[in-house]
Amino acid sequence: MPAPADLNIDHVAYLARLALTPDEKRRFAAQLGDILASIEKLKQVDVSGVEPTAHAFPFYNVWAEDKPQPGLSVEQALMNAPAQRERMIVVPKVVE
Amino acid sequence: MTSPLHFRTIVELSDALSAKRVSSVEIVEAVIAQTNAVESRVNAFNSLNPDDALEQARLSDQRRASGQGRGPLDGIPIGLKDVIAVAGQPLTASSKMLENFVSPYDATVTRKLKRAGVVLWGRLNMDEFAMGSSTENSAFKPTSNPYDLERVPGGSSGGSAAALAAGEAIATLGSDTGGSIRQPASFCNVVGLKPTYGLVSRFGLVAFASSLDQIGPLTRTVEDSALLLGAIAGHDPLDSTSFQAEIPDYRAELATKKGPWKIGIPQEYFGEGLDPEVDAAVQKAVLHYRSIGCEVRPVSLPHTEYGIGVYYIVATAECSSNLARFDGVRYGHRSKDAKDLHELYCKSRAEGFGDEVKRRIILGTYVLSSGYYDAYYLTAQKVRTLIRNDFLAAYREVDAILTPVAPTAAFKRGAKTDPLALYLSDIYTIGVNLAGLPAMSIPCGFTSDGLPIGLQLIGQPFKESDLLGIAHAFEKHHDWHTRRPVL
Amino acid sequence: MQYEAVIGLEVHVQIKTKSKMFTRVAAGYGFDPNTLTDPVILALPGVLPVMNKEALDAIVKAGLMLGCQISPVCKWDRKNYFYPDSPKNYQISQYDRPICVGGEVEIELPGAARNLQGEHKKIPLTRIHLEEDVGKLSHTATDSLIDFNRAGTPLMEIVSEPAMHTAEEAFAYLTALRTAMIYGEISDCDMEKGQLRCDANISIRPIGESALGTKVELKNLNSISYVRDGISHEIKRQIGVVTAGGIIRQETRDYDGIAGTSQSLRSKEMAHDYRYFPDPDLMPVKVDESWKTRLKAACPELPFDKQRRFFEAYRLPYTITSVLVPDRALCDFFEEAANDAGPGKAQAVANWIVNDLLRELGQSKRSLADSKVRPLHVAQLVQSIDAGMLFANTAKEVFVEMAASGETPSAIVERKGLKAETDSGELERWCREAIAANAKSLADFKAGKDSAINAFKGPVMKAGKGKANPKLVDETLRRLLAEMS
Repeated sequence: MPAPADLNIDHVAYLARLALTPDEKRRFAAQLGDILASIEKLKQVDVSGVEPTAHAFPFYNVWAEDKPQPGLSVEQALMNAPAQRERMIVVPKVVE
Repeated sequence: MTSPLHFRTIVELSDALSAKRVSSVEIVEAVIAQTNAVESRVNAFNSLNPDDALEQARLSDQRRASGQGRGPLDGIPIGLKDVIAVAGQPLTASSKMLENFVSPYDATVTRKLKRAGVVLWGRLNMDEFAMGSSTENSAFKPTSNPYDLERVPGGSSGGSAAALAAGEAIATLGSDTGGSIRQPASFCNVVGLKPTYGLVSRFGLVAFASSLDQIGPLTRTVEDSALLLGAIAGHDPLDSTSFQAEIPDYRAELATKKGPWKIGIPQEYFGEGLDPEVDAAVQKAVLHYRSIGCEVRPVSLPHTEYGIGVYYIVATAECSSNLARFDGVRYGHRSKDAKDLHELYCKSRAEGFGDEVKRRIILGTYVLSSGYYDAYYLTAQKVRTLIRNDFLAAYREVDAILTPVAPTAAFKRGAKTDPLALYLSDIYTIGVNLAGLPAMSIPCGFTSDGLPIGLQLIGQPFKESDLLGIAHAFEKHHDWHTRRPVL
Repeated sequence: MQYEAVIGLEVHVQIKTKSKMFTRVAAGYGFDPNTLTDPVILALPGVLPVMNKEALDAIVKAGLMLGCQISPVCKWDRKNYFYPDSPKNYQISQYDRPICVGGEVEIELPGAARNLQGEHKKIPLTRIHLEEDVGKLSHTATDSLIDFNRAGTPLMEIVSEPAMHTAEEAFAYLTALRTAMIYGEISDCDMEKGQLRCDANISIRPIGESALGTKVELKNLNSISYVRDGISHEIKRQIGVVTAGGIIRQETRDYDGIAGTSQSLRSKEMAHDYRYFPDPDLMPVKVDESWKTRLKAACPELPFDKQRRFFEAYRLPYTITSVLVPDRALCDFFEEAANDAGPGKAQAVANWIVNDLLRELGQSKRSLADSKVRPLHVAQLVQSIDAGMLFANTAKEVFVEMAASGETPSAIVERKGLKAETDSGELERWCREAIAANAKSLADFKAGKDSAINAFKGPVMKAGKGKANPKLVDETLRRLLAEMS
């Protein structure tokens, strides 16, 4: 099934920060089309007056007291870092 | 004991440990030996820690010798799906993105298991980021079904089910978002339990779909499941979605649950697409429950057909956001090809994620994107309410619901290439996650090809004791669960 | 064509909690990089957020102080965007159900002169919500470095209605908001430490027009002065563009406070699609009446209310209150001292505080909290002067000692022998002697030259070694001189 006419796969890939090859774009767009078509029938359901389920068993006011707990040492914090310098994570220069 | 150590249950082994008939070191050695014998064919593990496991076993034996044993799980080797954090161990989610990632912290369930004296054994293979139903989406290798090495063990907790079935662990933990414990349990002839949403802490579980994920036990018997569930269940202040529920002694309560129960059979689950042998095995189970005095009656879950659609909107939306953190910046795979920050994100993620993960991220991003939120996400969450209400209405008339776990038994590796077809095979399991209910898969037969068939029992929220009792009432009259694969 | 500016401010205020917004690692500023992190802050796989109760209390309190409606139920949403200072690549925030709605900030514009109180206005707010702060990026020539210490700190976002029209109003708004948040002990609002940050949305329109013009967002306004200068600059820029026939582009501009210029950062056409959806990891918040009542009781008197009350109750003029009011601790100090001193003495007490106390604190580089001067001692000082036991000039010397040693005024007077002489017998003798020694001045005085009396005072003071009460000296001399006529 072809992708819906308004599925801009480039834009979605940009939002998701995923570099896709032209082949992947074609394949995913087509597969997405199939999945979205099967999802279309959801629109037939009468949901008037129905609350969306945000949580299966909702409850309120889950919090903790403001008591500081130990965190990670710098070594632990950076132990999986792909690039670090001066105890900080390094990335290519961020241009505003 | 007649059967080898690595195929025994937790209960049997803990009795033997208490009676000093066996040591933890011996048990772990047996499991290691079995793993060495079969793992090259089963491929259930991403990594193994034999020296560390033996050290843990030694400490367990010392504890017991000095009268400081920690209970029935002390010294038992249990494998964890490579999606549950253990400090100092890899946490890969079977993804290239996290291939070299080592967790600096323990998941809450890990802490609980450590406190119970469990020997943590290996990191178990899975579909990448828990997305899949066959473990073929692992970035590293596919796992084989011990009952037929050409076939899949199911997924996403395929490694957890296969290792257990093959004797490479005494029990395992998996995770279930749309059936990922139950379906592999049914394919591999083991008991799998997905607890009520919120019963077991998700802190330390690599998130896929936050409102659906739960960690659960895979075991050889219902009693083992009760034991292991009791060890991991309970409110966690580190998980805001974890429920303040009273945790009973599930194992002790098994003996008190005698029924009879009212069991519902949802019409919508028994239509087109269900393999006749699977159907037959499930119908036999229905007869069994009738024979022990249960009333089995039809119920209706009218919104069943919308489950897949709701699931693939809600789960992908949540996962597209949950997986945004995997960007090559603070940890994980970073592309060597990136000229600038934008490329760093896009290429690291493209190189680090497999197809299924990318597909779901794209779908999830799309359904949340500007202009589509109301039509997709909001609508799906409303239909989800209707699906949940269907179950709650049924529970006004019955105590539990009985269904197949999957439309077929284990399929051949490489057989299902159409993502949509795979999604549709989740039809019996996803409603449970959408409604947040507890559910189990227990062995209930074999196909003429010798492939395991599972029976799904769905329970009421936070009533795992009843669910386990109903499951036990089947298991104790059958011996499907005692069969072992020939490897 | 005359234009008016329309300005809205988005102010982020860091809440002064001990731990972070969604996890309990310590919050802080000025620490070595990446020493205030934990798995939740770094967004490691598998972590989950848990709300900080203190931060919730703080924002409800802020909302009550500013007259907002507190939403009975509010929830958390994920704001999805990729940026290296945002570990999850989504920020937990509040989208459509913020905790506070509406409200207002009372501001004071500059008066006609420095010592004259300016006009008061109320700037309406749109909303206040809670979110988490991001890490800190620093840039080198070739790359960027990230420190996550600040990431996860609780942040209040206070959004005003586009209801200001001048840079002065914006300045006054920011000053008033800052003082209020410090009063409420919600934040220290130190802009240099990033505890208060301000973005401005500025548009212009022809006067009389009600529709809003295209707005430009101005960022990087790092001090309250930069806010005023940057807005002023932007208004001029926009008027310049429009007057020259151009149109205003919707964009974000970065203000350079030192150069006094701004440049375009990015066009708002590439607006983010934040894909907001409710955060499934967090439960919603219900604020009930008893919670509000408890926090209302903890709300301080607002700064301008205090200013008005100081005028009503103590007749303190604007020149005094404008110095006291911005510092709540100073106001409390004043009130305690004024109450200790008794009725009618408040203005005197206030004068000692705004002049001498502040001078001493400044010179010794101490804060009020570290000062050795006690309110009671200031009260005693004022009482002593009024009772004639201490002279004003000597009292100044005593105050310096009070600040240095923390002793009571009477202890200092005792120790240094500074007590005013009030023995009228001795005083009378000195006066008679002084008069007797200066016949010329006596003659002048008798002839009607009143100022001649001053010639006697010097010798009397000398005789009294400076301890004679000038008022009494004057009274005594006049009495004696009158007797002599």
